[in-house]
Amino acid sequence: MSFSRKAAYSFAVPLLVALALAAMPHPAFAHVEQGQAAGFLMGLRHPWSGLDHVLAMIAVGLWGAQLGNPALWLLPVTFPMMMSLGAVMGLLGMGLPGVEVGIALSALLLGGMVMGEVRPKLAVAVLLVGFFAVFHGHAHGTELPPGQSGLLYSMGFVIATGCLHGMGIGIGLVHRWPAGRLALRGAGAFIAGMGLFFLARALT
Amino acid sequence: MPIRPNAAWRAGLALCVGVLLRPSDAAAHLVTTGMGPVYDGIGHLLLTPEDLVPVLALALFAGLRGAAEGRRAMFLLPVAWLAGGLFGLRVTATPAFPVPAISFLILGALVAADVRLSANGVAVLAVVLGLVHGVLNGAVLRVGAGGLGLLGIMAALFVLVALASAFVVSLEQPWTRIAVRVAGSWVAASGLLLLGWAFRG
Repeated sequence: MSFSRKAAYSFAVPLLVALALAAMPHPAFAHVEQGQAAGFLMGLRHPWSGLDHVLAMIAVGLWGAQLGNPALWLLPVTFPMMMSLGAVMGLLGMGLPGVEVGIALSALLLGGMVMGEVRPKLAVAVLLVGFFAVFHGHAHGTELPPGQSGLLYSMGFVIATGCLHGMGIGIGLVHRWPAGRLALRGAGAFIAGMGLFFLARALT
Repeated sequence: MPIRPNAAWRAGLALCVGVLLRPSDAAAHLVTTGMGPVYDGIGHLLLTPEDLVPVLALALFAGLRGAAEGRRAMFLLPVAWLAGGLFGLRVTATPAFPVPAISFLILGALVAADVRLSANGVAVLAVVLGLVHGVLNGAVLRVGAGGLGLLGIMAALFVLVALASAFVVSLEQPWTRIAVRVAGSWVAASGLLLLGWAFRG
């Protein structure tokens, strides 16, 4: 496939015009609403800040996809709610022992569930996910930066968490094919392995 | 068949990207649109997540309950908001508790749990939300858009609730209703976090 000069122009022209428009000087009155947009973006970014958090949240989505309805949506609904509860505990300075160990265990156990394609009762799955979500939330709650817009930060934080679950569910949809099922269990094994690594690091 | 962009398409794309990338004014509070107090009121509602999100959550909940409940909310919420706002224009007191956090929490939880509330229950919810947030809005608008701003908010509320609740009523696939409930859980979780922020001070 050749990339002709005409085709290059068709991309270059809009790109240059767009850059020129973007570079036009324009006063940004950011001081009027200081911290608002930053709060949302920081909240959106925070759940992605640690691999242990990311893997555990994706594992929730993967496990939900394996279990099917109603766990498919009940687990991702439970997690943000309980995580928020944990974050409130962190915000209010309430202590929670073994937070890092709990987070590492969440990756280990949830990854293990995906790896073994374990199908417990729905209540057990919800309890397990909810229990570990408190640890994740507590860690986030104690790390929340001061001076942010509380509401926008919270919304960004919750939306990002939901997106991570959604990502897990999206990947988990390969479960309908035999090869996908195997790949999913492999992904669970990888998350469990990483959980073991996080656990070793948390205990040392 | 590949899409062949013509000159107009390219120019449009360039314009859109340029406009999106341009730094713009951030003005979420005491919005002055330059088009008068009615538009200032509309802008205030649309750019204030503390008000906008509970309104959308109520609309989603009313839509989940059905068309009749959606219609009730569509009429009752703006009227109650106006009544509360007119009262708010005359008071200076600010609430001692975080109203938006509680609205987020209650309405989000109702949507997430898809609670089978009666039509009267939905109506009461709409009136309470309208009165409480209306009072808070009135206090804010007193120094700005005033009563005409409230009219703008009222119009925006009517349109928002009508669109959002009608959208939910039109959903037929089970998974789409589940997606609405998931969105409700996000609202509730945000409310819980907001409550934590409020208590931390």
